[in-house]
Amino acid sequence: MMGLTPQETKSLGLGALLIALAALLPLFDDGFYLSISVNIVLYAALCTSWALFSGPTHYVSLATAAFYGLGTYSVGLGIELLPYPLLLLIAAAIGAVMAGLVGAATLRISGVYFVIFTFGLAELVRQLVTWTQTKFSTAMGLYVFTEMTESHIYWMLLALTGAVFLTSFLIARSRLGFAMTVIGNDETVARHVGIDTARSKIILFMISGAFIAIAGAITAPRYIYIEPPSAFNPMISFLVVIMALLGGTKRLWGPLVGVIPFTIVMDFISSNFPNHTMIVVGLAFLAIVYLIPHGVTGLLENAQARWTKRSAPAAVAEEKPA
Amino acid sequence: MNIIVTGILLSGTYALVALGLTLQYGVARIMNLGNGETLVAACFVAFWLYTGFSINPLVGLLIIAPAAFAINWGIYAVALQPLVKRAKNRGQLEVDSILATFGLLFLMQGLMILFFGGEYRSYTFLAERFEIFGNAYGLNRVVAFVAAAIIAAGLWFFLYRTRQGTALRAVAVDPTSANLVAIDVARTAAFAFALGGALTACGGALLSTFYTFNASMGVVFTMKALIIVIMGGVGDVRGAVLAALILGISETFVASVIDPGLTLAATYGLFILVLLFRPQGIFGRAPT
Repeated sequence: MMGLTPQETKSLGLGALLIALAALLPLFDDGFYLSISVNIVLYAALCTSWALFSGPTHYVSLATAAFYGLGTYSVGLGIELLPYPLLLLIAAAIGAVMAGLVGAATLRISGVYFVIFTFGLAELVRQLVTWTQTKFSTAMGLYVFTEMTESHIYWMLLALTGAVFLTSFLIARSRLGFAMTVIGNDETVARHVGIDTARSKIILFMISGAFIAIAGAITAPRYIYIEPPSAFNPMISFLVVIMALLGGTKRLWGPLVGVIPFTIVMDFISSNFPNHTMIVVGLAFLAIVYLIPHGVTGLLENAQARWTKRSAPAAVAEEKPA
Repeated sequence: MNIIVTGILLSGTYALVALGLTLQYGVARIMNLGNGETLVAACFVAFWLYTGFSINPLVGLLIIAPAAFAINWGIYAVALQPLVKRAKNRGQLEVDSILATFGLLFLMQGLMILFFGGEYRSYTFLAERFEIFGNAYGLNRVVAFVAAAIIAAGLWFFLYRTRQGTALRAVAVDPTSANLVAIDVARTAAFAFALGGALTACGGALLSTFYTFNASMGVVFTMKALIIVIMGGVGDVRGAVLAALILGISETFVASVIDPGLTLAATYGLFILVLLFRPQGIFGRAPT
């Protein structure tokens, strides 16, 4: 397990330092900047969890809102009965089970079925939750009253983001990560060398789903009043896809590059032009597909590659006369 | 009996929408997730023509279908053809077209909300009693079903009895080989995409005569159409019609016997069954 290269130790240290710095934010501001930072950290956690699965497999998952909503609901239903930390674990378990079921139904066959299935999943779960609620209880929504403030939520989300990063890092070094690299490059080859491709994908999807459900559970106290349309808002799924793809999914930190600017832009648009959010989201999708198919990190890497290529022949030319 | 007839009447419009999608995915190889938005747009145009100019929705089809054909051709030529050219393989095109049609989905939905607002709308057209086997049904539903059946029959005739249609089916089977027998694949794909859009729009216009619609319901219809297409087998006309019947009946059954709020759950139930037992579709052959 151990045996980190100096490079890896450096990135781990840098990551820990950045998280520690980010954790200081609530000491300086508890108004607008904290509120938008909660959004940023929330989407950072969601996007990295999303990229954990969709990055290596290239399967566009739209199930984020479903997992997220299940997380919020498990807190909403259990807050009066069970301690909060336990609820987070329950949320994770529910997310993982849900992901396991979806994965078992779709991930054994081609990827299109998976996309289609997740496309309507949030809507399906919303219908089921609404139906159960109207059938077995009188109230439509749930109240979540806790002592938690915005700062607490911020810190927990930050810790979660850290945990997602650490998990992705560990997975990349494990057998599962290696299997995913092979699958991502060529699935036929992966099957021929004896990798159980469906099983690896399902496990990875379960891990990703569990993290997203925890993110939902952590954010639940922020809503105070939870009802199906807000908890299972399909927009969450689409925003996560845009942000992650905007940043690029090849690098672990790629999604972050998309999350920070896009959260700020969306915040600006939804407060100033609320009727135009859909159009902006649509244009963002089109822009990503046509202009930056590999995300900003892809652009940077291309630029870097071109840079080294250009400087390398120059170095050779310099050596010649000597 | 009542449930079966209502289900069959509903399935007529479903079949049209699904046929549109199956042409777009099966022939043009574009998984159009903005398909439901085409449907909703047609609903609004039919509504607008009827309330603003008192044009009968059936006559409106003569305006809506060619317009949808032209617009979809334009969308394909401007937005999707570059992706087809860029894609190195089928998988790449699939991911790209899914993301691009998400863009179209939101763009269209956003524009419709901007122009028509987010409220539910409907209009009264042929809301009279019509008796089938002693039960009364809305005449508008019956008329919509008959119109859908006529259009679907026309499509079948086109696909199986004309040269253009045969070319379309050839591209669906194998674009590379189709190219070898002098079929202009790019043109045929564009034509199929446009025709698919026109069919979906017809479905939408007919739907609007008996259904309450709003700007953001497109996704649910896309989902239903996708499931019908998968259940019937991609690019398969007979399969799509049969699958639409199954979906229409089971949805009506769930809505009237269990709860109207669970129609999507019924759709998903069918989807899961298909995925588990016949992922290649009812008439599809197992992939080799």
